[in-house]
Amino acid sequence: MPKRVGIEVSLAASEAACAADTDVVAAYPITPQTHIVEHLSELVADGKLDAEFVPVESEHSAMSVCVGSSAAGARTFTATSSQGLALMHEILFIAPALRTPIVMVVANRALSGPISIWNDHSDIMAERDVGWIQTFAENGQEVFDLIIHAFRVAEDPEVLLPIMVNLDGFTLSHVIEPIEMLSASEVKRYLKPYKPQMVLDPKKPVTMGPVGMPEVYTEAKRQIEALLQGSKKVVVKAWKEFAKHYGRTYKPIETYRMKGAEVVLLTMGSVSETAMTAVDRMWDKGMRVGLLRFRLWRPFPLQEFRRAMRGVKVLAVMDRAISYGGLGGPVFTEVRSALYGTFEQPQVFGFVAGLGGRDITVDMFEEMVKKAIRYAKRGKGPTYEMIGVRER
Amino acid sequence: MDAALKNFKKFTPKSLPKVENLAQGHRACQGCGEVLALRMALKAMGKNMIVASATGCMEIITSPYPQTAWEVPWIHVAFENAAAVASGIEAGRKALMRKGRIPKQRTTIVAMAGDGGTADIGLQALSGALERGHDFVYICLDNEAYMNTGVQRSSSTPYGAMTTTSPPGKLSMGQNTWKKNMPAIAAAHAIPYLATASPAYYTDLMNKAKKAALIKGPAYLHVYSPCPTGWRLAPELAVDISRLAVQTNVFPLYEVVDGQYILTKKIKKRKPVEDYLKLQGRFRHLDKKMIQEIQERIDRDYEALVQKAALSEVKGESAETEE
Ligand SMILES: Cc1ncc(C[n+]2csc(CCOP(=O)(O)OP(=O)(O)O)c2C)c(N)n1
Ligand code: SF4
Ligand SMILES: [Mg+2]
Repeated sequence: MPKRVGIEVSLAASEAACAADTDVVAAYPITPQTHIVEHLSELVADGKLDAEFVPVESEHSAMSVCVGSSAAGARTFTATSSQGLALMHEILFIAPALRTPIVMVVANRALSGPISIWNDHSDIMAERDVGWIQTFAENGQEVFDLIIHAFRVAEDPEVLLPIMVNLDGFTLSHVIEPIEMLSASEVKRYLKPYKPQMVLDPKKPVTMGPVGMPEVYTEAKRQIEALLQGSKKVVVKAWKEFAKHYGRTYKPIETYRMKGAEVVLLTMGSVSETAMTAVDRMWDKGMRVGLLRFRLWRPFPLQEFRRAMRGVKVLAVMDRAISYGGLGGPVFTEVRSALYGTFEQPQVFGFVAGLGGRDITVDMFEEMVKKAIRYAKRGKGPTYEMIGVRER
Repeated sequence: MDAALKNFKKFTPKSLPKVENLAQGHRACQGCGEVLALRMALKAMGKNMIVASATGCMEIITSPYPQTAWEVPWIHVAFENAAAVASGIEAGRKALMRKGRIPKQRTTIVAMAGDGGTADIGLQALSGALERGHDFVYICLDNEAYMNTGVQRSSSTPYGAMTTTSPPGKLSMGQNTWKKNMPAIAAAHAIPYLATASPAYYTDLMNKAKKAALIKGPAYLHVYSPCPTGWRLAPELAVDISRLAVQTNVFPLYEVVDGQYILTKKIKKRKPVEDYLKLQGRFRHLDKKMIQEIQERIDRDYEALVQKAALSEVKGESAETEE
């Protein structure tokens, strides 16, 4: 077994792409993703990673290069954040339609305006519907592992869809953590070389990306939807295999102290560690509070989520993104919809916090839970509210 | 000069290749000069190619699923990124060849787009790909407007032309800007090969396409592509108008090889631009003064081009002269 080394999580992400023997990296720098691409170009420059590093002139081209290289049969990796992800938006929809198993790390950051380099989830939540598998990491080890896992799932002949691995910008990307780094040869046992099903090859010409007339467009869309929904089996199976090889177990949903919990706090990404402290403190005070976070966000793990929510009376959902003019944060509206009509459906309350790098404290988590309990008792509360807003 | 051009064997009308990469039965309009130019360029480059296409007329007319006119591998991703997609294909194949996962064989990577996909929305991606030096051929099929979406103006639309977004009116005489010199922009990237070409001079076009494919590194072809539909031109005149464009110096034919300008078709006595304009409905509203203005601009631009060519030392390559 490899030993743990203290390493910046960004660099560990690059090392994971390197251990996966990536063929092509095309990326454009943006804070807080920069250390990932810098380290990858170093690995290529030092001959440690045998890949083409394409220093593109924009994220739009980064994603376009990725689609081209993946369509040519190459294992392809990229990373971005915020404005860069938004600039890719147009091409993000096309990558799954062309069945290009690109792996992309997104160092989550707020979207302009105002411009902010700090962490929240507004970038990724604007890309929920693009047809990519999406996972969220909680810590550095998970970042490394989820990247290796992503290649295996994306390239599975039953999937062949691109994957985004999300990690919180700065609060996770820039911290140094002890991480068990798998070597290329260790990864090879789990991740076989990419065998594309269809490639651009003059010996076997194919037409990729044709026009979809009204007679075929709906069917094409349904096919992508079916593939994405069906990918959950492969995602879960690949995690089980991962556990067999490397001893670390991952599931679509992570829970903490759910046994006997009446109230559940739902979070995404790396804030869960602070949330755990809050949960412990609340149990100490006699409050029965559990914690739940999605590791797999697309496809949405509906059965797993409903199962986890059995017997829960109140659910407090924290969003790190705002949906202007909508019904609450994106995670909140989705989970409430997921629970609607279920037996013993809990009361669900939404909170938006931690925007653009605003700290989320243990106290804030406690505030959300207490408010949710109060609203539930009263039988009503605001659809959603923002926590930690300075009024002056 | 690239070693590949040392013993370059030219096509002649008698030695045209039989290969067809673009099948018949596509959905282009009658008399479409864009698809004609495309077909000839592709013929010249042989079967060993991969094509990345931008959105536009050529993409739409060749690929309505489940049909395809493509006999070579072809990919369409979006409107503005053909050069980036081609970069990715080239980079991917390079890595796979080096790692021994595909046979080591040079394949011509072609990116193709219209004038809108090149000079406007795709200019950044093109500039990036040229600057990075990918081994590929970029073909700009210039029909001087956004035809696919219904003849809107582009930066490549000529001065005075009527389009649906540069309509003549009480306060307008049509397009009020001069055509962007896209080949000059491409040339500014110091790429090894660049040429302008016209479907009326088909052996010239095919020879240039072949050279572009043979040369290592980025090559840029700017191809005159008459669009009877958008230009309000009789469909049977597509080839005639292409010839007139050259004879009037509206669209001069030249190469830029390693920075050296070479006129490939010298015009001894140019025809008046009016001969060219009057055949096309898009110029019908022009008055004498504007035609005079256009004539002066053409003469000045051509003179500047001749000067550039004179500065270059022409080695071995002598232009054909057209009366
Ligand atoms: C991002 C984006 N903007 C606009 C369009 C609409 N559009 C599709 S093709 C096209 C014009 C194509 O013009 P050109 O590149 O000159 O090619 P042509 O059709 O004239 O051959 C436009 C505006 C699009 N598909 N994508
Ligand atoms: S609109 Fe013009 S360029 Fe497009 S297919 Fe018709 S003739 Fe060709
Ligand atoms: Mg056009």
